[in-house]
Amino acid sequence: MSTAPQPSFLARLDRIDRRWIFLMMAIAVAAPIIWVGVTGRTFPETATPAVQGAFDAIERLPEGSKVLVSFDFDPASAGELQPMATGFIHHCQLRKHRIYAMTLWAPGSPLIGATLADVIGNDPSYRYGENFVDLGYQAGNEGVMKQVGVDFPKAFPNDSKGTPLARIPMMQGITRLSDFDILISVSAGYPGGKEWVQYGVSPTLTQGHRLPFVAGSTGVQTPQMIPYYPVQMSGILGAIKGAAEYESLVNAKATAPGETVPAKYQEAQRRMAPQLFGHSLMVALILVGNVIFFAGRRKGAAA
Amino acid sequence: MAVVLASLVGLVMVLTAFVRPLEFLGTAVVDWFNVLAAIAFVLGGANLLKMNLMKISARDAGWGYAAITVGAFLVTIGVGLLKVGAHPDPLHPDVALSGDKEAVGGAFWWLYEYAMSPITSTLFALLAFYVASAAFRAFRAKNTAAILLLGTAFIVLLGRVYVGVLLTSWIPADNAWVSWLRLENLSGIIMGVFNNAGTRAMMIGIAIGIAATSLKILVGLDRSYLGSGD
Amino acid sequence: MSQLGTPMVDPAVERRANRMMMVILAVICALLALRAVVGSSVGSGDAAVTEHGFGMVYVQEAKKGFVAEQSKEKAADGTEVEVRRWKPAAPGQTPEIAWTEWNEVTAGEWAAAQRAQAAAPASAPVVTVSWPRTAGVWFAALMTLAVLSFLWRDNPVYKLAESVVVGVSAGYWMIVATWDTLVPKLAGALVPAWTKAHLMPSLESAGVDWWGLVPLGLGMLLLCRLSARVSWLGIFPLAFVVGTFAGLRFVQNVESDLVAQVATMFEPLVVVKHQALAGADAAVAAPIDWAGSIGASLSAVLILVGVLSVLAYFFFSLEHKGALGRTAKVGVWYLMITFGASFGFTVMGRIALLAARFEFLFDDWLWLIDPSGKH
Repeated sequence: MSTAPQPSFLARLDRIDRRWIFLMMAIAVAAPIIWVGVTGRTFPETATPAVQGAFDAIERLPEGSKVLVSFDFDPASAGELQPMATGFIHHCQLRKHRIYAMTLWAPGSPLIGATLADVIGNDPSYRYGENFVDLGYQAGNEGVMKQVGVDFPKAFPNDSKGTPLARIPMMQGITRLSDFDILISVSAGYPGGKEWVQYGVSPTLTQGHRLPFVAGSTGVQTPQMIPYYPVQMSGILGAIKGAAEYESLVNAKATAPGETVPAKYQEAQRRMAPQLFGHSLMVALILVGNVIFFAGRRKGAAA
Repeated sequence: MAVVLASLVGLVMVLTAFVRPLEFLGTAVVDWFNVLAAIAFVLGGANLLKMNLMKISARDAGWGYAAITVGAFLVTIGVGLLKVGAHPDPLHPDVALSGDKEAVGGAFWWLYEYAMSPITSTLFALLAFYVASAAFRAFRAKNTAAILLLGTAFIVLLGRVYVGVLLTSWIPADNAWVSWLRLENLSGIIMGVFNNAGTRAMMIGIAIGIAATSLKILVGLDRSYLGSGD
Repeated sequence: MSQLGTPMVDPAVERRANRMMMVILAVICALLALRAVVGSSVGSGDAAVTEHGFGMVYVQEAKKGFVAEQSKEKAADGTEVEVRRWKPAAPGQTPEIAWTEWNEVTAGEWAAAQRAQAAAPASAPVVTVSWPRTAGVWFAALMTLAVLSFLWRDNPVYKLAESVVVGVSAGYWMIVATWDTLVPKLAGALVPAWTKAHLMPSLESAGVDWWGLVPLGLGMLLLCRLSARVSWLGIFPLAFVVGTFAGLRFVQNVESDLVAQVATMFEPLVVVKHQALAGADAAVAAPIDWAGSIGASLSAVLILVGVLSVLAYFFFSLEHKGALGRTAKVGVWYLMITFGASFGFTVMGRIALLAARFEFLFDDWLWLIDPSGKH
């Protein structure tokens, strides 16, 4: 009776059930979250030029400038994009800019309300209708972008609560997109940052007026947005790393040395710890997979 | 007739981009377009109801899940249209339906916050696991192109997290001749130079393709959107 | 093969997989029970209590009351009209319309309110557990685990979660589109008086806008697609949409993705940068930054070479051989680097989404961590 030879360690590794890999990924992400949650420690972040450009674009505007923020994302992408939205609103609040929030994604509408409530809260210097307004959602994707470029009140006849724009003090004088001082898009996909470049801030639609445009985008979308920077866009926050860098810039501005940064403004920085272990695991998996591949190929050639 | 409508509307959109006095036409067309987009959501919901009701009545495999879908859909429609649990507008408390449909504490908000939001987020989060499994099984450095792809992936994966900073922290950051070799700077160069070039070229090619396809639709040469019957 | 055409699974393997799933579920239930028994310390100082539970949401009562006020106002045409305005009821005033709002508070505030209730019940704020929202957190957590169970294998619990989200999402998009677009722009245009009286009392309208019949008509034709007999009528609104998109994209894509991108390429290939010296005399030319200049020049050249070589790769009208073939090969290298970078960023994005879900489970549900001080 002949016995089959035992498969080698590498051969057994090659046939490993993929659920073990799922478990490794789960531990690589979950353990750092608990560690950061308990210790409160985060990694230092240094801003890259694209993120610095986004920060500078908002920072250099005179106080009280009109900022249109488009929350083009839904809860499925909030893990990456919510810290960006929070950071942008916080930065605008620090600069005392007037915030006009809108969305082209139906599930983005509650996110506007939640973000404004979380950041602005009961700040007595920020009053609804005078310093910030929630314009809500409108269906139409690029159609809405085209319409706001020409006739803003027709695109958004009322705010999210149904109040006509004519009764909102900060909407006086807003007739088209070029009346704003900067456009910010927190973008998960379509419609989002790319479409704003094409249908919002392009010169034919803004009558040659150069409207500064800054976007925060998901990891999937960021490589597609890079060609627009720095000519058509002033800055990009790319994925959770971009959000963490931007948070560190805004927190450095907002917080005096020795003062504690509120936890709600460190959401992205907390998520960089699971990123570190997740990425390291990915690199390790690819390396091990290739070791198995080349070992198998050499064995086959020898045989 | 449909082809004429498509061409006419398209030409209006092109004209209004260049002839300012005709801007009002473009605004009107886009306004109708936006309302039609909203009605398309109604169509989508109605179609979902129709397909699932057919599945239930035919007792096809999985009809129980179709019943749950229909139930969830009808409950959402009901609480959304009637604004169940949402208080009226404080300026008009006598008009029951004047409040915010997504007011915190209302039934519609509850469905968004505790049903739709967590489930869609988790469905997207599942992809992290499959990306890891696919990387282990499929990413093989078999040739030059694959080696370039994997090498770039390593640099970007490590350069975008703190471990990349640690691995090349021994390279002086203030010496411009060598500091570009630090992983975080290398990943920036990859994005700003190589990815920029590749994506820009693809963008230019796609724009030319879109221009050609749009022109074919505007002059009526491309009628594929009408379906096979025309 | 089975009768339904799916491959038969070895019953022994199926039984082992089921046993493993039962063991995993039992371990999870045991850990949850342990978590509930251990409890969490909520509140601080004198108000600190140990709460044996988790995933709870607390709310504070806020009563609202309104009274109507009649007044005379001048209308747009100058005549005086009686107007009824509502305002918040003053303390002690009996409201004509009243309701109670419940605003979320932290567990610490609940603990402090419990302490205040025990000491001075009359003046203490009413803070209580919100059972609908607590049930919501538990439902969200269980649905999250149901979706994650797909990683083990496809199962009825996952299918249940999937069915729920499909139904709720479709209903959600329909309701938001209805209230945010159809009511103000369609109902508000065609039946403004009725809309103002029953749906949007803040609506300001100059009268019936008959142009609203155009999108209404197109919308009705679109809804004909639900019936096989008259679905052909749906090609008209479809043609309208396709035509609008074609016209929009023809101009805008060419401008932003073709013209602007090509114009960006017209940058100098030889870049000379100068060192930025602090306090340097403006009259004295700063020395050349050789590293920066060479780096910037090299980048410009690499970008130009990259764009042209990738465009050469996608040019399929000529066979890729000779000079074109070699250029296309360089284009392939650039594309591989582009895809590698895209892969790296995609991984980053997916892990962030997974991290957010774990944060919800560990923070909002299990109360294992509390980075933002909610409990």
